[in-house]
Amino acid sequence: MQQLIGELMRTFDLAKSPLRELNEALHRQKDGANEAHWEVLNPRGGHAIAVGIDAPIEVDVRGSVGYYCAGMNKKASVTVHGSAGPGVAENMMSGKVVIKGDASQYAGATGRGGLLVIEGNASSRCGISMKGIDIVVKGNIGHMSAFMAQSGHLVVLGDAGDALGDSIYEAQLFVRGKVKSLGADCIEKEMRPEHHEALSKLLEGAGITDAKPSEFRRYGSARKLYNFNIDNADAY
Amino acid sequence: MCGIVGLFLKNPKMEPQLGELLSGMLSTMCERGPDSAGFAIYGAAEDGRTKITLQSAKASEDFAKLKAALAKNTKLDGKLSLHDTHAVLSVPSESIDDAKAMLATEFPTIRIMATGENIEIYKEVGYPTEVAKRFDLAHMSGTHAIGHTRMATESAVTTLGAHPFSTGADECLVHNGSLSNHASLRRELIRDGMTFNTENDTEVAASYLTWRMKQGMDLGQALEKSLDDLDGFFNFVVGTKEGFGVVRDPIACKPAVMAETDDYVAFGSEYRALAGLPGIDKAKVWEPEPATVYFWQR
Repeated sequence: MQQLIGELMRTFDLAKSPLRELNEALHRQKDGANEAHWEVLNPRGGHAIAVGIDAPIEVDVRGSVGYYCAGMNKKASVTVHGSAGPGVAENMMSGKVVIKGDASQYAGATGRGGLLVIEGNASSRCGISMKGIDIVVKGNIGHMSAFMAQSGHLVVLGDAGDALGDSIYEAQLFVRGKVKSLGADCIEKEMRPEHHEALSKLLEGAGITDAKPSEFRRYGSARKLYNFNIDNADAY
Repeated sequence: MCGIVGLFLKNPKMEPQLGELLSGMLSTMCERGPDSAGFAIYGAAEDGRTKITLQSAKASEDFAKLKAALAKNTKLDGKLSLHDTHAVLSVPSESIDDAKAMLATEFPTIRIMATGENIEIYKEVGYPTEVAKRFDLAHMSGTHAIGHTRMATESAVTTLGAHPFSTGADECLVHNGSLSNHASLRRELIRDGMTFNTENDTEVAASYLTWRMKQGMDLGQALEKSLDDLDGFFNFVVGTKEGFGVVRDPIACKPAVMAETDDYVAFGSEYRALAGLPGIDKAKVWEPEPATVYFWQR
């Protein structure tokens, strides 16, 4: 059945048809949809391309996209063959989003699940307030990434900018390169066997074969900021 | 919001297309700033002469009178060309102070938008594509140009509140963001002799840069210093006679993307602004780093 549905492909040219028609058509897709592969041409930095999909379909966007591409994604696999503007895969629920180029600020913000792979660099606030999403960045990430991150994983093969993981809750951060500075309550933690295993799975899921878990350092919450401390009772 | 576009040509063969390319870029940023628009264009200099870009709310009346006054004052040797609500007065460079004095005393309703050998600044209230059409931007040529579409936040929607702002001879500034310490900084600058036409926060930034350069800094140093002294959100794009610069505040919330090829360097608030440029598919495209001054010079 999977093979059968994989054979039908629809091409949608944004130079000829409006974005709203594309998104409406994508929203009509359901589980077992027979239009399982979509190709989007001429995105030219347009906003909100392929947002809100709720079906296990594949979407290939040929070019660079603007704000909020693949936001709220559920089940779908969206690949951008170019760079992405701010808020790519914002609040993703499940599925997979791959950016072949760079991503602008707050990539994967508030994401609840699924996998976001950025093959280039991501700028500031990558994974801000992430709540279960897994994000793998092959390049570098900008400042204030994983700010108030609650759960999920952020894997960075390159370097991280200032204030990584500021006010972090329980997300796990893995960085292979340098970290310019850690944010409030974010500390380096030991890499135990379960972290090697989790990281290995994340790298595999992102199709990365040239990075070993042992090359990474792990960062997470010192848990001093968000837990109530009886010594501070007088302050309230 | 607000939208910024900028194009600095490296290939002189493209100079006749500058206005057309900038006009296309500006038209993609209308939603980011639908209330007013403006642009600075660096065109050909005329040997030994300086241009003053003028604007008037009663342009036909004022400019007709100015034309008559120039015809009488043959010593000044001023040439006037009209562009809708704006006009460009060209005078021998040594007569620039005389020209400004005449404007100030005899034409109080005419405002000076820019002064310089190359720069011309045009800005008006209205939808950006309409503003570009009024001034016939598409047919202008030059070496580099900066455009702005405004969604007013800090002050009223007026011609003078639109961008670019002049920061000195052949220099200009456009801004996306909002400054939070502009009122106190304006008071300090006024105390130090600077003058203001509007309540606009960007005018304070422009005046700040001019003030720093009067103290002996070059534009790059003034921009570096602005990172310490200006509080708030800003993406600045600045133009000089020979160059084009970009700086973002350390938080860098306001969007910015740049592209470079052998032919040009381009700035856009969004990739949409760059999507129509020739050779964009092969260009190096990147996001400028926060708190970092970028500068290109011919």
